[in-house]
Formats: sequence, structure tokens, C-alpha cells
Amino acid sequence: MSYIKPKFRHPNLPTNALGFTVADYDGAISTLCAGCGHDSISAAIQNACFLSAIPPHRIAKLSGIGCSSKMPTYFLGKSHGFNSVHGRMPSVATGASLANRELTYIGVSGDGDTASIGMGQFVHLIRRNVNMAYIVANNGCYGLTKGQDSATADLGSVSKYGSTNPFDGIDLASLALLQGAGFVGRSFSGDKEQLEPLIRAAMAHKGFAFIDVVSPCVTFNNHLGSTKSYTETREHLDSMPLDFVPMREEISTHYDAGTTQGVTLHDGSVIHLHKASSDYQTDDRNAAMISVQNAKDEGRILTGLLYLDPNSQNLDQNLKLATKPLNEMGKDELCPGSRVLNSINEGLR
Amino acid sequence: MKQIKGINDFMVKFANVNGTGSASANHLFAKAIFRMGIPVSPRNIFPSNIQGLPTWYEVRVSSKGYLGRRGGVDMMVCVNPQSMEKDVASVAPGGYFLFDNTKPLAQNLKRDDITYFGVPLTEMCMREYDNPRLQQLLKNVVYVGAMAALLDIKFSILKDLLSDQFKGKEKLISSNVHALEMGYQYATETFNCPLPIKLQIGGNVAPHILESEHILMNGNTAAALGAIYGGATVAAWYPITPSTSVVDAFAKYAERMRIDPGSGKKNFAIVQAEDELAAMGMVVGAGWNGARAFTATSGPGLSLMSEFLGLAYFAEVPVVLIDVQRSGPSTGMPTRSQQSDILAAAYASHGDTKQVLLFPATPRECFDMTVQAFDLAEQLQTPVIMMSDLDLGMNDWMSPPLEWDDNYQMDRGKVLDADGLDSAEKWGRYLDVDGDGICYRTLPGAHPEKGAYFTRGSSKNEMAVYSESGDDYVQNVDRLLRKFETAKDYVPAPKTHPPIEVKKTKTKLKLAALFFGTSASPAYEAVEILADRGYPINTMRIRAFPFHENLDRFIDDHDLVFVIEQNRDGQMRQLIMNECQIAPVKLTSVLNYSGTPITARAIVRQILESLDTKSADIVSLHPETA
Ligand SMILES: Cc1ncc(C[n+]2csc(CCOP(=O)(O)OP(=O)(O)O)c2C)c(N)n1
Ligand code: SF4
Ligand SMILES: [Mg+2]
Repeated sequence: MSYIKPKFRHPNLPTNALGFTVADYDGAISTLCAGCGHDSISAAIQNACFLSAIPPHRIAKLSGIGCSSKMPTYFLGKSHGFNSVHGRMPSVATGASLANRELTYIGVSGDGDTASIGMGQFVHLIRRNVNMAYIVANNGCYGLTKGQDSATADLGSVSKYGSTNPFDGIDLASLALLQGAGFVGRSFSGDKEQLEPLIRAAMAHKGFAFIDVVSPCVTFNNHLGSTKSYTETREHLDSMPLDFVPMREEISTHYDAGTTQGVTLHDGSVIHLHKASSDYQTDDRNAAMISVQNAKDEGRILTGLLYLDPNSQNLDQNLKLATKPLNEMGKDELCPGSRVLNSINEGLR
Repeated sequence: MKQIKGINDFMVKFANVNGTGSASANHLFAKAIFRMGIPVSPRNIFPSNIQGLPTWYEVRVSSKGYLGRRGGVDMMVCVNPQSMEKDVASVAPGGYFLFDNTKPLAQNLKRDDITYFGVPLTEMCMREYDNPRLQQLLKNVVYVGAMAALLDIKFSILKDLLSDQFKGKEKLISSNVHALEMGYQYATETFNCPLPIKLQIGGNVAPHILESEHILMNGNTAAALGAIYGGATVAAWYPITPSTSVVDAFAKYAERMRIDPGSGKKNFAIVQAEDELAAMGMVVGAGWNGARAFTATSGPGLSLMSEFLGLAYFAEVPVVLIDVQRSGPSTGMPTRSQQSDILAAAYASHGDTKQVLLFPATPRECFDMTVQAFDLAEQLQTPVIMMSDLDLGMNDWMSPPLEWDDNYQMDRGKVLDADGLDSAEKWGRYLDVDGDGICYRTLPGAHPEKGAYFTRGSSKNEMAVYSESGDDYVQNVDRLLRKFETAKDYVPAPKTHPPIEVKKTKTKLKLAALFFGTSASPAYEAVEILADRGYPINTMRIRAFPFHENLDRFIDDHDLVFVIEQNRDGQMRQLIMNECQIAPVKLTSVLNYSGTPITARAIVRQILESLDTKSADIVSLHPETA
């Protein structure tokens, strides 16, 4: 690995602990439709990385295929990225994280990419607990192929073409909870206050961290009758505001103790939940599933940090992977040499 | 009756029931012959089933060292009543038939042109052992004992092998040795031992074999060792016969050789994926991130991996795939051998793709080529597919020992690290600086400011910036073709052999044969037989795709070229026609695609037949040879 050299910056631009400004986390200009929810998520990821002062080059961005999967081009231009194949980013991310356990991995996917073609890989990614933040930009449709219903479209939601969806939608957050994900969050692309700390916490979590982000598609799924339009989503949001304090900062909370709850992550960072009304407990998987379901029954979307187990065993730990990244190992570590081979030959005679 | 005779030259076939422990007893038989220094090639012919179906084990003994399947049966050892009728019928006239005569042989199974040996295997084991599992298992060892007497196998070698096999389990050794002795004694007392077919140490064994220090191993184990020595750290796979044992063996060796001495942690990762798509995805992800990664699969898995192979080709990610071929499709004959993935692998994926293929013919080559595959994949930044097959992968082959040069250095190809990026004048991921089509890649995390890029399929320019411009696309795929040309100099060259001298030639045509992989052994044998009969044939063994320039010249130098392979459509012939601009009439297919490995006999027959019918065409093409 290499280290960041201190930089001189214009004193007026706020810098993070590494001396970077938010511009250092810029990507290319977005080519998504103006107003697309995905662009807000890109901005939130960019800001989250800046605030958490992660060196851009130590982040790898991976995605599948779709408008949402194009997003990694539009943030963190100094990070490597991989736009892989439709629905298969989970496997690529798994392999990448095995090769180098030291980087921070951000996976970006869509609801089509994850809940349909990629469903198998998604579930197995959770099961393996790969150390990464996995963000689904969920617009209830296939943006890039022009607006077909996706598997997360809600029952009764009306498509741009006027048809009503007769199938119940797949709720990815519930699925992640059921499958044992150690970090499950949900948010809305328009809720920067909530989304940013959630992303920061997801990146700090030492295991699989899932965030389902409702992200309206202004072109194909933002009309009357769509349940994932801006107006619908805003009206039905059941939002728990969050705050995130990384390990490096002094942990002194300015929230009223009666209304906030601090959860310490594995790396020492703390995520603060601002409790609205409910007595939400983030450490109770079953309660989380019930809360999500209850909200759904009432036609509301429960957002915030839904569940967190800071001590879940991730894939690297389960495989007893060496501390040194596999991609840095050389002949000495890997090749047993001629003497060993000769003894193998002996055993085959 | 004229009995079949032969010292160190015969074929024994065992007919068993799947799941009864016969495989290890039959292996013991073959290994003992190998330890006597006599060339032997065992083959397991098994059903896609865990227990209860017929299974066969062929053991060919060949003083000259021919390792290909021979065909025909000189002696049958039949312990499966289900298949007995067919098994009796398959013995060559003058051959031998050993069976369990606890129950008398049915009248319709009696032939008067073969010799029968009844051994009361069941009765003996019921009498000697009270544990039902032992009764079944040791029946197999009893017939090995009887065969040792009949064929003159050195008894002490069998005993040594059992001691090796059950090291530390004294009770098992003694019960097995007891069973061996029982069979041996019964045969010595009852039959006229040894038979006219028998073994003899030294004897007529070809000198080049006597002098060598061969090992007996299967190709999958050799490939797994290749992955260990080649520095593979990530293996992702999905179980499928006949490739499963590649990863099984990799896991076994890695657990022994890849544990970090300080921490006890692993210098490797193995993931059993949810399917082959994911297996290949993981390999692509790990390769992209700079680890040496591989997967092993067979036909159906290759189909599923196809989309990713295309991505890896265009995104230029190193990938190693070991394809152990079998008959297709999924519900086809999954435990039978073929060479039928050639075209699917060579052009794997949609769009304009060409993949680098390696064709090992021996376990030694499985080892060497797997090591080389990891270098090639990184040098060429592309998938490399090693095309093994069930016959090579799962059967034991007599092979030259594995060799390792301790000076070997992994060639990681053109990768720029932080220093490299700092000293590079200008860097673009797809800039062909050296003109060989191979560009410089960078790994995530290497440099704080430089070298980051977005990996994607084909919509990009030389600087790795998103582009849908036709010019950029064309420039990129043309460069990929240039890279494929460069690959010709990197991949293993074909092997030619000096022609065999023929005293009286029966043809004026210049004949040649092309083959690869497991077709090689029977092909060399066939060429010797044909030389004896007056047909000199030059040979070239193809070892890689893209094809070496020599291949074109070799074909040009001959009037008629036989392409010997194990599939229906002559896939290698098609690939050659396609890639080398060869007139179809010049290449004649010699094929076997029944699921059992091709034999020298079949090759000889097909070549002689086609010489009868084809010469007219050739004469018209080459008047000067008429
Ligand atoms: C194997 C395969 N099938 C189909 C496609 C076509 N395709 C591209 S994007 C897409 C849907 C993307 O939907 P989603 O993941 O929800 O992303 P969005 O565009 O809505 O953000 C499809 C079907 C493809 N690229 N690959
Ligand atoms: S089509 Fe929809 S999802 Fe795609 S960029 Fe436009 S608004 Fe976003
Ligand atoms: Mg979508």
C-alpha cells in the first residue's frame, strides 16, 4: 500500500483529516437524466467518503449494469472502478475483496441488477458476509432499458405506460435481514441528512453492509400512481435521522441523551440514531423485520439504520485469510519449491 | 482352443458395481504393475451415479509404453451379475474370464472359446469376515490376490502398497493382506498359474521406459499442483464432474503448503460459489485486483461462464480456467470423456472474441501448463483456458515426473506500480505503447493520484474514458487482435516428431496427422502401426491456440492431413480451417465421440478407409503426386 502525502490547499476550502477537499472525491460529469435520484446518491457517497477521510485511491467501486450501475463513474475519480456484467457484481466484488482485504469496497447496483438477474448472487453475497458497502439505487423500474417494471415495483404501482403491477414487490431490506446481513439500512436519495451518515457507517462496518435507497427515476417512474415517485416517497417516509462519528474524531455527542442512541461499530466509530417516536432497537433482527413489515402494511417506508450487528464474522475471518493481501504475496509465500515437489513425485511411484 | 498369449501386453477389464469399493482394489492392481516397472494405463469407466450401477475399470499393459485406450478385452474380471452377459460376450476369443462362482454360472454365459476361472469370492468372504461391509470390500481384494497369481504380479509389491495405503492402521493392513493371500492361494491351488498372458519385470519393456523415473498420477491432481506452484491464491468453483477433483486437490495441497507459519492463517482462499457464473465472477474480480485466480469446470459450466469470459476478454482481466471436458449437455453422459468444448472455448462469449487455449496431453503437461497459464494470463491480460478432459483429468497416467526450477519467477506482466506510474511519461490503460497490443495495467490502491481508471467492456477509448465512438471501438478490438497475434509467441509451440522410417511405402501422398490432448497417445501408436503397414505419417501435436505459424507450414507441406479428435463435428479441424485459411478438402477428420477414449485401432481403421476413398480427390488437387 502507499500513503497520502500532505497537500497544500486553498485555506478557504474545507479539508478533511487527510487534507483533501470534497473536490478530490469528484468523478466525471453525470450523464444521467437531470433530476435522477441516482445523482443524489452519488453526491452522498462522495461526501461520505470525504467526511470519513478515506483516501480515494484506497476505495474500489464496483457495479453491475443499469443507470444505477453507471453511477461509480460520477464519483471518486481517483478510485479504481469496475462496471461488470448485469447482476453479477456481487461475485466480482467477492473476488476483488479476497485479492486485497485492505481496500474499502463500495458496490452500486440497481433494483433490476440486484432483485432480478442478480438475486442469486446478492443472497449469496449476504450469506458470505463479504466486507463491503452495497448500495441499491431502487427506482422500481429498469431505467436503462426504458422503464419496464422491476421486481421491487410495489403491488398496484402504475407504470409510465399505464399498466398496474399485479405482483407483490420484493423488499430487499427485509430479504437482507432475513438472510442474516450484519448491517441493513434504508434511505431515500433525497434525504442527504440521513443517507450520508448511513453510507459512512456502512463503509466503517467490517462486513456486508446493505443500504436500500429509494431513488426515483424521473423519466420512467415519477408520475401519479407510481409508488416510487418523489412525492409518494416523501409523503410516506418514516424517517429516523442519523449521525455518524468516525473513530478518529473525538466522540462527544451533542444530541440529547434522551433522544439519541449511540451504536459503536467494530472499528470504534459510533453511529447515532435520533429516535423520533418509536423505541427502535438496532440490535434486534426480528423486531427490525416486524417494524419494516408493519410500516409497509401502513403504506409507509421505514428508513434509517434498521439493523446492526457490529461483530458479525466476515468472509475474510471465516476463511482465516492471512493478514497480508493475497495480491501482494510473492514466490516465497506461495511456491513450495523443488524439494517438496520431489517428495510428491516420490509418493507417486 | 488357442489361448491369447502375451508378456507385458494385454488388456484386463474389471466389471464391478458402483459404490462397492472396487475402485481402490482395481487401483491397487494397476499400481502394482506400475511398481514392477511395466507400462500400464488404467481407466475408470463409470456411470453418473453414486451407488448400484455397473462400472468398469480397464487396465492396459503395454511393453512399448502405449498409454492410449486399446479396445478389446483379453481378460475380464466380472463381479457384477447385472452386466455379466455383455461382459462375457466382450472377451476376445482365446481370452479369459474370472468370476464369482459362489453361484454357478448360467448356461447361456458359457462360451467354448474362452477360459473360465471361478473363484468363490462371496463364499470366502462370508466365511472369513463377519462385518458385512468388510465382506463386500474385501471381495475385491480377494480377486486382486487371485489375479496376482494368474498374471504373476510380485506379491511383495502388493503388500507394500497396502501398507502405504493404510499407514498407521495395522488392523486394516492385516485384513487386506489376508484377503490378498486368500485369493492368491486359491488361484495357485486351483488353476494353472501363471497364464499365457502375464507380467515379467524387465522382460520386453521398451528401454526408454525402463530408464525413466515415471510417476503414476492423474491430470487433475497435476493441474492442482500447477496452481499451487504457479502462485494461485484465489480459487472459486462450483462442483462438476470431472473437474471437481482439481479444486479438491488444490484444497488438500494448500492446507499443507500455504499456511502462514507465523499466524497459522491461509495464504489462499477457496470459495465454493453458488454457480459457475459466480465462480467466474469471483475469478474476474480477483484477477482484476491483482491476485492469481482460477476456476475449474466442465462443459455446462463453460457455457455459464461464457458471458464473463467475454467481459474478461474485453476488459483485459487475467483469468485461468481449467476445463475438464466431458460429453454434453448437462443430462448427457457427464462421466464420459470427450474433446468437445473446443469451439465453445475458443470463441467463448458474444461479440468478437478469441480465447487463449492450452492442450495438455500428460499429467506432466497439466502441471507445466497450469503454471504457464498463470503467467500467460497476466502477460497477455486475458483469460487462458486449459483444455483437459475426463480421461486425462481423472485417470492415472504414467508420466514423466514433475519438475520444478527454483529460479522460476512469476511473470506478472505489464503492471505499473506507484514508482512505475511516477516514472511513466504518459499513461493510458489502453495505450499500446509497445506495439504488441498489450497495454500497461494498474491495480486498485497502488497510487494516490495516478493510475485509477474505470474498467468496463468495450465502450471506452485508449485513456479508458467512456466512449461509444465507432472509431474508438474499432481501434480497441483491432488492438485486441494484435494482442492475439502476439500471443502466438508466448504460448507453447506444437511438437513434431521425426517421421518413422518405412521400408516399402504404399502411398505416394505426403501424409500427416494433427492431434492434441488425450488423442495424442493413441495417435502416436496408430502412426507406428501404419508405418509398419507401409504408410508413413508425419505428426504434429497442437499444444495451444492461437496456432503457431508452423501449423500452416506443416499443413502446406503435406497432401493430406488427418485431424484426430474426440468430438462429432471435427471442432479442431473447423478451428484450423477458420484460422489458417486451409481448404477443407485437405483436412480429414478422424473421430471418436462415443464417450470412451479414442483407440489406436479406431484411428488406423479410419485412416486406411479414408486413404481408400480420398486419394482420388487428392490426386486431382496435386497432379504431380499421381
Ligand atoms: C445479461 C443482460 N441482460 C439484459 C441486459 C439489459 N439491461 C441493461 S440495464 C437493465 C436493467 C437495469 O435495471 P436496474 O438495475 O434497476 O437499473 P436502473 O437503470 O433502473 O438504475 C437491463 C435489463 C444486460 N445488460 N445484460
Ligand atoms: S432513465 Fe431513470 S434511472 Fe435512468 S438516468 Fe434517467 S431518471 Fe435515472
Ligand atoms: Mg432500477
